[in-house]
Amino acid sequence: MTSTELGLPALPAKPYPAEVHARLAEDAAELIGRYPVARSALLPLLHLVQAEEGFVSPSGIRFCAEQLELTTAEVTGVATFYTMYRRRPAGTYHVGVCTNTLCAVLGGDQIFDELQQHLGIKNNETTADGEISIEHIECNAACDYAPVVMVNWEFFDNQTPESAKQLVDDLRAGRDVLPTRGAKLCSFKDTARVLAGFADERPGVVDASGAGGAPSMAGLRLARGETLPGTPGTKVVAPRHEGTEA
Amino acid sequence: MTSAEPAEKLLSPVLSDCWDDDRPWTLDTYLRHQGYQGLRAALAMPPDDVIALVKDSGLRGRGGAGFPTGLKWQFIPQNDGKPHYLVVNADESEPGTCKDIPLLFANPHSLIEGMIIASYAIRCDHAFIYLRGEVVPVLRRLQAAVAEAYAAGYLGKNILGSGIDLDITVHAGAGAYICGEETALLDSLEGRRGQPRLRPPFPAIAGLYACPTVVNNVESIASVPPILTRGKEWFKSLGTEKSPGFTLYSLSGHVTNPGQYEAPLGVTLRQILDISGGVRAGHRLKFWTPGGSSTPMFTDAHLDVPLDYEGVGAAGSMLGTKALQIFDETTCVVRAVTRWTEFYAHESCGKCTPCREGTYWLVQLLRRIEAGEGVQGDLEKLLDIADNINGKSFCALGDGAASPIVSSLQYFRSEYERHLTERRCPFDPAASTVWAHRSTHESATEREVHA
Repeated sequence: MTSTELGLPALPAKPYPAEVHARLAEDAAELIGRYPVARSALLPLLHLVQAEEGFVSPSGIRFCAEQLELTTAEVTGVATFYTMYRRRPAGTYHVGVCTNTLCAVLGGDQIFDELQQHLGIKNNETTADGEISIEHIECNAACDYAPVVMVNWEFFDNQTPESAKQLVDDLRAGRDVLPTRGAKLCSFKDTARVLAGFADERPGVVDASGAGGAPSMAGLRLARGETLPGTPGTKVVAPRHEGTEA
Repeated sequence: MTSAEPAEKLLSPVLSDCWDDDRPWTLDTYLRHQGYQGLRAALAMPPDDVIALVKDSGLRGRGGAGFPTGLKWQFIPQNDGKPHYLVVNADESEPGTCKDIPLLFANPHSLIEGMIIASYAIRCDHAFIYLRGEVVPVLRRLQAAVAEAYAAGYLGKNILGSGIDLDITVHAGAGAYICGEETALLDSLEGRRGQPRLRPPFPAIAGLYACPTVVNNVESIASVPPILTRGKEWFKSLGTEKSPGFTLYSLSGHVTNPGQYEAPLGVTLRQILDISGGVRAGHRLKFWTPGGSSTPMFTDAHLDVPLDYEGVGAAGSMLGTKALQIFDETTCVVRAVTRWTEFYAHESCGKCTPCREGTYWLVQLLRRIEAGEGVQGDLEKLLDIADNINGKSFCALGDGAASPIVSSLQYFRSEYERHLTERRCPFDPAASTVWAHRSTHESATEREVHA
């Protein structure tokens, strides 16, 4: 890093060790083969190198550039555009707290503040043991479960400051942690490999956690004639049950 | 439709109908719910007839703009010798929007079936799902469902003996709201920075790899199979004349029961609140969005606006993604708008000056107003900058950034002024949290200051 601080140009990135290169090149060929034009595989390839190192390193950028016959500048330009590609290693468990308006107002701001204090780290930092990194994230399409916390991009819905602190404590203690929607956590690197486009081969992961929590089913339950907490016992029947279909 | 309409007429689960069955994301369960029957019906028709049917059904895009889906398909030039592509926009990222992700998590096959029908109609043999990256559980189920569909002969070569081929590639994004804009999505899918393209040419002429391309939202495509199985007349019997059909309304925020409420287009927020338990106990509606943060906000004066494309438009906003974010009287509108504006500044792709620079300066102004450090003239400056972004940016992200500012100043200008005159935010953020009632319920209402 000293050369950067002095304002000198960075040295060319080191290539991956031969065995790593060979293994990743095989994966890369499979990903590239899924697209009519090779460059379309660049985002998957960046996920792939992130799966190798926990972030997108200069070596990872060099690897992607070689596979796609691009310059490292072209690959860097793409990698720096997307927030999921990290320039520093993530923790084994990367914790994202939604602080977009709705989650923030419902308590996401307080969760994020208390988590930072609890862990002794700030936004985009990693704990000294390398276990937990934390960042505030934008809307993750789970507003009906607010406030939402993501760990390695699995959903932890309806969080409180207490539940979020318990969550990171459990993770650091090595206890099994189950998302409300998603599969038993794997490492950030293993998650990045799924994002690259390789199926998660652990048994049961696709079926884990059901079809959705109470919010996903709220309208459907009403349509089935059930009641929701706090609603009057009105029987609600969907029109399609009345034989009115054309 | 008025609020006097009996509640039993209100809901119409179609997309969500099988979500409470056993493992609804599996092919077996989907087949028990007429799964892939729409595809069989489509393959028995000439492709142009499929396009005509979807066009005549009146289905409009569910991703925000409401463009007629069948018309988009019809724009694809045929017999032009070029490959055609279908790209599904599953980059759901608009603040407040949370319909496609639960849909794909519960029933990914409804999207896949719709994609095969659409691909058959537009003569496409390679389709893509661009899913935002931050939803790995959904990605797993999509990957698994696509693999199941291949194994069962719904994808690959000679689908169901029809002579038609189709491959689907599931593609995970990497965190960029702008990629929900269809031309930025295409650039991203080509392995570039996700920046919008100049139009024309539109994607129907020069889209992915400069070939004719249809870009459709998840919910739009998933709505196609039921039209094939039940017919356009059935579809038009739901909803309103110009906005036919059913849709997922996503209720969130300060309500008793947030969640997905699938109903015919044209219901009102009052109706949805009436059946779902209303605003959270002891509080009242202050402001809400009809379709995400980019759609101008509404107040309690708009409870009876029909939530279809025309109704919301006539009331001065847009139906958008039907993301009904509800905020009660404990919420500071300046805080809410500041946070949304920080989002737009973060997500601005940097391509055009009005959006890149404008959103930056809006954030600076809003932060100091929220902190009680604003000065006279700041509100006029906010409106001036918003006016220089709205309609003058390269894509709709800029327009979206202006929406919450202009609409909140329209309805809550006095609240902005209180931040200026009192030199502080008069709200207690603790009162807005979901756990506020557990400890500080009385102070939550006592400190409420909204005039």
